[in-house]
Amino acid sequence: MKRYSAFAVAREALRYHTGWERAWRNPAPKRQYDVIIVGAGGHGLATAYYLGKNFGITNVAVLEKGWLGGGNTGRNTTIIRSNYLQDPSAAIYEKARSLYEDMSQDLNYNVMFSPRGVIMLAQTEHEVRGYKRTAHANALQGVSTEWIEPARVKELVPIINLAGPRYPVLGGLWQERGGTARHDAVAWGYARACSAMGMDIIQQCEVTGVRSEGGRVIGVDTTKGAIDCDKLGMVVAGNCSHLSQMAGFRLPVESVALQALVSEPIKPCMDVVVMANTVHGYMSQSDKGEMVIGGGTDGFNNYTQRGSFHHIEETVRALIETFPMVSRLKMLRQWGGIVDVTGDRSPIISKTPVQNCFVNAGWGTGGFKAIPGSGWAMAELMATGHSPLAEEFSMMRFKEGKFIDESVAAGVAH
Amino acid sequence: MLILECPYCGVKAEETELHAGGEAHLKRFGPGSSDDEFHDYLFMRENPKGVHFERWRHVNGCGKWFHAARCTTTLEVFGTYTAQTSAPPQEIRDAITAKRPGWSWREFE
Repeated sequence: MKRYSAFAVAREALRYHTGWERAWRNPAPKRQYDVIIVGAGGHGLATAYYLGKNFGITNVAVLEKGWLGGGNTGRNTTIIRSNYLQDPSAAIYEKARSLYEDMSQDLNYNVMFSPRGVIMLAQTEHEVRGYKRTAHANALQGVSTEWIEPARVKELVPIINLAGPRYPVLGGLWQERGGTARHDAVAWGYARACSAMGMDIIQQCEVTGVRSEGGRVIGVDTTKGAIDCDKLGMVVAGNCSHLSQMAGFRLPVESVALQALVSEPIKPCMDVVVMANTVHGYMSQSDKGEMVIGGGTDGFNNYTQRGSFHHIEETVRALIETFPMVSRLKMLRQWGGIVDVTGDRSPIISKTPVQNCFVNAGWGTGGFKAIPGSGWAMAELMATGHSPLAEEFSMMRFKEGKFIDESVAAGVAH
Repeated sequence: MLILECPYCGVKAEETELHAGGEAHLKRFGPGSSDDEFHDYLFMRENPKGVHFERWRHVNGCGKWFHAARCTTTLEVFGTYTAQTSAPPQEIRDAITAKRPGWSWREFE
């Protein structure tokens, strides 16, 4: 792999950019791999990357039924934060956030991480108390957040209307080191680094069956033939129920549609990310100038990657009250992704009833921000059988009653 | 946008008039059941790609609960039926078979 650098740009400029390599190889699958990861989204590619980087396991295939990064990795609103209340969530999301900080250098790929700061608005008394409690919890967890008063919110977000009739802004939980990153670049950067380590990323290769022998996984059947493996990692978000069924176990997950939309590009007007969880809306401005807006999930099972229109209406209606300027914006695009939601709205990174088969799922509406931390923990779990970061996220927690009582996890605005 | 016909008042209601209530025909387990049964009842849900049975409530209408048979990959509605049953009636099953031959769901009852 040729490294990207200012020198490389200058060199290529002199020869009409004819020397750029493909970012990753497009190989045919081998007969056998040490590890197969199903799902070449952010979480799957990150898992493969840290298997190679941290544990030296590089005989790895990442299988993808579509194109890499084409699922929720390419459909989210790119928010990165780690201001969670409970210790297990704060630990894994803070690990992820800290890995985002030097990801561009680590992967030699510009993921455009922009630690511009994230405000979660408190618009009810309940939220005020909740966020103050979270700020205290974060202080104990070593996560840098602070409670800020309305005047400071106005200073950070001049376009905000503090005195909304239904939802006045009573303050906010401010994480200065949160922000956004370029979501596609995260997948592409990991894919390039994995490919450079000799891993095979096999796109348009759908898994059609999981083979096991004596309760132990031995391989998968795919649209490109059967492939053997010693260990299997399922990292397929909304399709995890479907895949786990092939392996012969069930997951406590339901798949629903989550939507987002972007406006026409406008001049810079808001240089932080604002989340308003009471009204299920969140907004940031992309580098292109588009206002990127996320909303709530549908209430019913859905695999269509498009959601119900009235959710957009609800989201925009609420945002207009808090950001009156939004009423003059034209919206350019709207899309949906299929998110996998668990019973306690926290993810699953776990061993399964099938030996050597591991699952990473249930990130629901909050997966993007967790990508590096999730991959880090999943790789550790798959390589060594134990990961401190993943311990509390076992799928057995439902049976054991050890739920992660993440009070902000209403299934939206993660 | 989903449009479901309420089997009680006959109104063809679009989804803002309705409230989704999750998987249909759950068998309830309580005191005296095994840990596995209770766990499955509380957390394990059918999440099929295709034919699915759900509870819905005509919340901004007659207020009654009913059942719907729906496809989760096309959003097609096969039919709605009364809540006073623990399995879909034959005509609903026939309507599904006409469009999705060989369909299956978990066992009813």
